[in-house]
Amino acid sequence: MLNYLVYRLLIMIPTLIAISLLIFTIIQLPPGDYFSTYIAELQAQGEAADPTKIEFLRQQYGFDKPIWEQYLFWVGGLLTGDLGYSFEYNLPVSAVVGDRLLLTFIVSLATLVFTYVLAFPIGVWSATHQYSWSDYTLTFLGFIGLATPSFLLALVLLYFANLWFGTSVGGLMDPEFVDQPWSVAKFLSVLEHLWIPTIVIGLSSTAGMIRRLRANLLDELQKQYVTTARAKGLHPVKALVKYPLRMALNPFIADIGSLLPELISGAAVVSVVLSLPTTGPMLLEALRSQDMYLAGSFLMFMATLTVIGVFLSDLALAALDPRIRLAGGAGR
Amino acid sequence: MTVAADERLPHYASPAPFDPYAVEAMTPEQERYFMASQWRMMWWKLRRHRLAVISGALLLFMYLVAAFCDFLAPYGLQTRNTDFIFAPPQRIHLWHRGEFVGPFTYGFDYRLDMRNLKRVYTENTERIYPVRFFCRGESYRLLGLFETDRHLICPGEGGTLFLLGTDRLGRDLLSRILYGAQISLTIGLLGVAVSFILGMVIGGIAGYYGGWTDVIVQRAIEVIQSFPQIPLWMALAAILPVTWSPLLVYFGITIILALIHWTDLARAVRSKLLSLREEDFCTAAVLMGASPARVIGRHLLPSFMSHLIASATLAIPGMILGETALSFLGLGLRPPITSWGVLLNEAQNINVVALYPWLMLPVVPVILVVLAFNFLGDGLRDAADPYR
Repeated sequence: MLNYLVYRLLIMIPTLIAISLLIFTIIQLPPGDYFSTYIAELQAQGEAADPTKIEFLRQQYGFDKPIWEQYLFWVGGLLTGDLGYSFEYNLPVSAVVGDRLLLTFIVSLATLVFTYVLAFPIGVWSATHQYSWSDYTLTFLGFIGLATPSFLLALVLLYFANLWFGTSVGGLMDPEFVDQPWSVAKFLSVLEHLWIPTIVIGLSSTAGMIRRLRANLLDELQKQYVTTARAKGLHPVKALVKYPLRMALNPFIADIGSLLPELISGAAVVSVVLSLPTTGPMLLEALRSQDMYLAGSFLMFMATLTVIGVFLSDLALAALDPRIRLAGGAGR
Repeated sequence: MTVAADERLPHYASPAPFDPYAVEAMTPEQERYFMASQWRMMWWKLRRHRLAVISGALLLFMYLVAAFCDFLAPYGLQTRNTDFIFAPPQRIHLWHRGEFVGPFTYGFDYRLDMRNLKRVYTENTERIYPVRFFCRGESYRLLGLFETDRHLICPGEGGTLFLLGTDRLGRDLLSRILYGAQISLTIGLLGVAVSFILGMVIGGIAGYYGGWTDVIVQRAIEVIQSFPQIPLWMALAAILPVTWSPLLVYFGITIILALIHWTDLARAVRSKLLSLREEDFCTAAVLMGASPARVIGRHLLPSFMSHLIASATLAIPGMILGETALSFLGLGLRPPITSWGVLLNEAQNINVVALYPWLMLPVVPVILVVLAFNFLGDGLRDAADPYR
């Protein structure tokens, strides 16, 4: 187990280096940099940019240096906790990201809980009632959830929430709470707005998870040990929960790793539609205006989170399932 | 206990000459079944999967519609009807005041509701416009080959035929959905083709050579998969220069979609190859001097091609949804190229949901196509599995 742990930890280092290279390439690929866009914009409006300030910033962030030096500068900053500077907001990246990150975290967590709470009982029910009308209905609903573009669902839910419950349109809280310190009323307001993004983001991953759990549990239920358990007269609930369910649970744990990027992805699109104060719209804006440190550091942050998530889910899996531990370094 | 001699059955011997292979000889049906090729077996199995067959038929129909959309659409892609902006869907009537007239539409009366600035169209039952069939309209090139101006269906003289309503420029939504099918349906296929090739080559190399190559490829796949998909798409799509022509952007988006999707296929190829290359027929091929490319391409890949095609089919809906999401965000395709995502981009506003809900209709074909590909892929996967 210790060997496996060390191996997994070590393998994370080259993975993260590769990810950082990839991100840096991506944000460097568009021609020009933020300043050339910025100057062009100012000139189009008939204004002149302050050349000394821009020259200062260019030097500060090493835009005049060769690419590899810029990369080292960026990564070095990341390692010491300096995420760089957002030109668009004129603030350090950490200051821009901070509050949004908390809200992103809240939304993701709520979605995760929603996904598991919904997918688990439905998946078990579908598998134990295979080919019943309830199974067909649930499977069909799951497919619809998989096929509906989430952004559109978000719009429709938003409209009806406004119509039926009077929830204010857009945002994650009522307008009067924005920029207010946290209070019970603000928290309640967030809760009131939270359910729409939670449902919308969670729906497609819930559908996928139901299908997988159903398939896994069905495979397990056909095995002989289940028949033996039944023949011995074991209580049906125990014959289901004790072994087959535990086996079918593995993908749930293994999925934490892949679920995280999925949730963040879904959240990115949906929050643009719902104008949530989370990180999705910010990333979109940063990519458009070539605010490279904001975009790059943020992408890096998400990728790191995911890598850690995969690591944790691998550990949990190894702890739960001895067969995987034996396979050792075979990886994911 | 003994049995009386006369109660026994009489001795019997067949006079026909003895045929030692009688048991092994097969009836024609049996022979057809046992000698069938892998693809034929797959087809037989697939035919039993009713949902998959229906989905396949639906997809075939949709691709046909996309191919012949010029002929089927009552209006052109960019035809503006400036008098009918945000007109609601029209119904085709058959009976006028208890009298059979044949398919026709009523005229529109237009008034601006000053309270909420909504355009209100009401049917004017005085004016009747019979729908024309196989009529002359705008000319186009059918399948890009023949110049013709025949359309399946046209509005009556001076009338309108907005079966799904119009958008903010007065363009007929049904026609636009039909034209959008061309882009939305092909982008998935093209993307899957690209990622199929990437996945086969990269997965093939990793699985065949193993060792270091395999480790590197595995890590690379892990890196790509640990990325949130849509932010990565967003970042890549933001790279595409604004100056590119819409057609180039279309290919760019296709390649971006493919660049992220090849990993699943590469994984499938790799794990299959890892086990298959230990088989005797593979060793035999190597001993006879076949090059690695030939061993992979001629001996290894065909043995699980059916499996690959099934997983490729399952990858298409993800790409279609991805294109829709990107175009919806304004990062994907841009007008004048029209895809379902571009059409939905216009439905981004909450006003649309409240006032002009028919602008959300392009989502219906998206859902249908995604579902159909999912069902077909599931059916193909079951059919490709020899152990079922």
